[in-house]
Amino acid sequence: MTIELKNLRKSFKSGTVIDDVSLTVAKGETLVLFGPSGAGKTVLLRLIAGVIDPEAGHIRLHGRDMAGVEPEDRGIGMAFQNFALFPHMDAFANIAAPLTARGRSADAIRQTVSKVAQLLKIDHVLHHKPKELSNGQKQRTALARALSAEPSILLLDDPLRNVDAKLRFEMRLELPRLLKSQNATVIYVTQDYKEAMALGHRIAVMNGHGIQQIGTPEEIYLSPANTDIARLFGDPVINLLDVRPESRDGRVVALLSDQPVPLLDDYAAQVGQDCILGLRPEAIRFVGADTPGAIPVEVEAETPLNEKTVSLVLTLRGREIMVSRPAGSPGPASGRAHIAVDATSAILFDRASGQRIAPARNTIRKEEVA
Amino acid sequence: MDTVSPIERILRGIALTLICLFFMFPIVWIFLMSFQTNETILRVPPSVVFSPTLENYTALITGRLETQAGTLDINFMGNLWNSLFLSTTSVAVGLLLGVPAAYAFARLKFRGSEDIAFTLLSFRFAPPLLVLLPLTIYFQQLGLANTYGGLIWVYQLIVLPLILWIVRGYFEDIPADIEYAYRIAGHDFWSTFRRIALPLAGPGIAAAGLLSFIFAWNNFVFALVLASADKQPVTVGALAFVTASGIQYGQVAAGIVLSIAPTFALALYAQRYLVEGLSLGAVKG
Repeated sequence: MTIELKNLRKSFKSGTVIDDVSLTVAKGETLVLFGPSGAGKTVLLRLIAGVIDPEAGHIRLHGRDMAGVEPEDRGIGMAFQNFALFPHMDAFANIAAPLTARGRSADAIRQTVSKVAQLLKIDHVLHHKPKELSNGQKQRTALARALSAEPSILLLDDPLRNVDAKLRFEMRLELPRLLKSQNATVIYVTQDYKEAMALGHRIAVMNGHGIQQIGTPEEIYLSPANTDIARLFGDPVINLLDVRPESRDGRVVALLSDQPVPLLDDYAAQVGQDCILGLRPEAIRFVGADTPGAIPVEVEAETPLNEKTVSLVLTLRGREIMVSRPAGSPGPASGRAHIAVDATSAILFDRASGQRIAPARNTIRKEEVA
Repeated sequence: MDTVSPIERILRGIALTLICLFFMFPIVWIFLMSFQTNETILRVPPSVVFSPTLENYTALITGRLETQAGTLDINFMGNLWNSLFLSTTSVAVGLLLGVPAAYAFARLKFRGSEDIAFTLLSFRFAPPLLVLLPLTIYFQQLGLANTYGGLIWVYQLIVLPLILWIVRGYFEDIPADIEYAYRIAGHDFWSTFRRIALPLAGPGIAAAGLLSFIFAWNNFVFALVLASADKQPVTVGALAFVTASGIQYGQVAAGIVLSIAPTFALALYAQRYLVEGLSLGAVKG
């Protein structure tokens, strides 16, 4: 394991930020730390970088304990959310900073800097001071500085946060290739679930002082550990409906508009208990009234987005459900309609704790849902 | 872009002229006085028309003051040199001690750091005379009275708190991330201090140095009590112009012009440091 964190804790005057966090990242892996602001993602990166010290717990990099090791001796590359470029040095000197620290010759530094600058397409602005750079160029300079000494560990703190949407999209496409070419172990912090899903081999979801779930993007999306995580991933946001599963004709069902929605048999233990049913908007579709099991609804509003159309529908009991369908596909704009639910993608949560209830037997076939 | 109406511009011009007149008039008047004899200065009504004379300046530079009561030796140039030496050395010592201390107070939050910083500031609260009485006795016992070293030491009471508190603010304004980034890039604490913190706080250090130089230069009471004639700065030396045969206004004016010239020149030179932005737009707000 390249990065090993064990029972880390850190608190500031304002309260505990990191509480009992353990995490391992394998060599060459890209782990995304995802979570809302204030969840402690940045603090965790700073603990790893060594600019702040944990109150308790261990940090091991390449198997070596980092207690008492200064940040300059950890061999890490880091890009900051606010870029943190050295304002009195030009882009070249900024990118060269990790190389001068390692005592490289002037020639070697020139070569390396121009190679990294070409890779990130900033070779034409190397002699500009940070204030003369555009936001995108600043971001690339910051990234180049993190990469220039080819560190084996890269910490990227939401590097795309402060750049415009177009550049963010471009970089989201470029970054995986770039990170792969570096062959580095990466921890990438973001608040954007699409970025997390696009870049991470695994995602660690941080919320409320700690890590709530670690898994592949697919695992997190399809089986979120609790309702909070379910809500954080996906746009439009997942439908969370209070239900009490019932047993009908030997099947476990939840009632929507008094119509039974079949759940998988594995939820037999939850019959009669207060639960929350999580339904992704894209797992619900409009169907004809004569379809067996069709659920009657009233279409309240429709929002055409570019690539999809999102409808808000009301069940007979007035519950709001969002339905998403690809743009251009037929569907009712208003009035009465019927929907059907893809039972295999339904996620059941315990209502009191918000925790996901794992089916007794995992029958979800991934290819069916993905 | 230009939305200011002509009337507003004229009014603003008048206001600025009035303010300039109000603040500049004494200085201009003293400047004019320094080229006049006591007779033309004291005539009623006063007039700006006179035949200029350099005798006040020659008297100061040669050190011989001619009065009706006879000639008097004064040591104005020696005083000027004392002022220059005392202020420069005090500020140099103050910067040497104050800048690293300011960095420590800004960045390394250690136990009691706020209390120590406040204690240093509180040196500015006490009336100097209150400090002087016991200090004079100590200095005489220690053999520090009437030495440059002793004066420079006491001048730290003026210089050090100023430098410490101004520079500390500038250090605190440098985003910590910039220093973290330099550390993570592989540079140790000291080179981060020298290559990142010092240059970025440069304008603040220049401002603090300048301000404390002016304060040290203008100091009167410490030097009056703790130094005898040969170590006295201009502020104390100017007392010599109050002679038995009256106050030598012409020489006083010339002395003032000579003694504000260095601080004036310094302020003009350092002006750009005082207004230069600190962070230079590297960190997005």
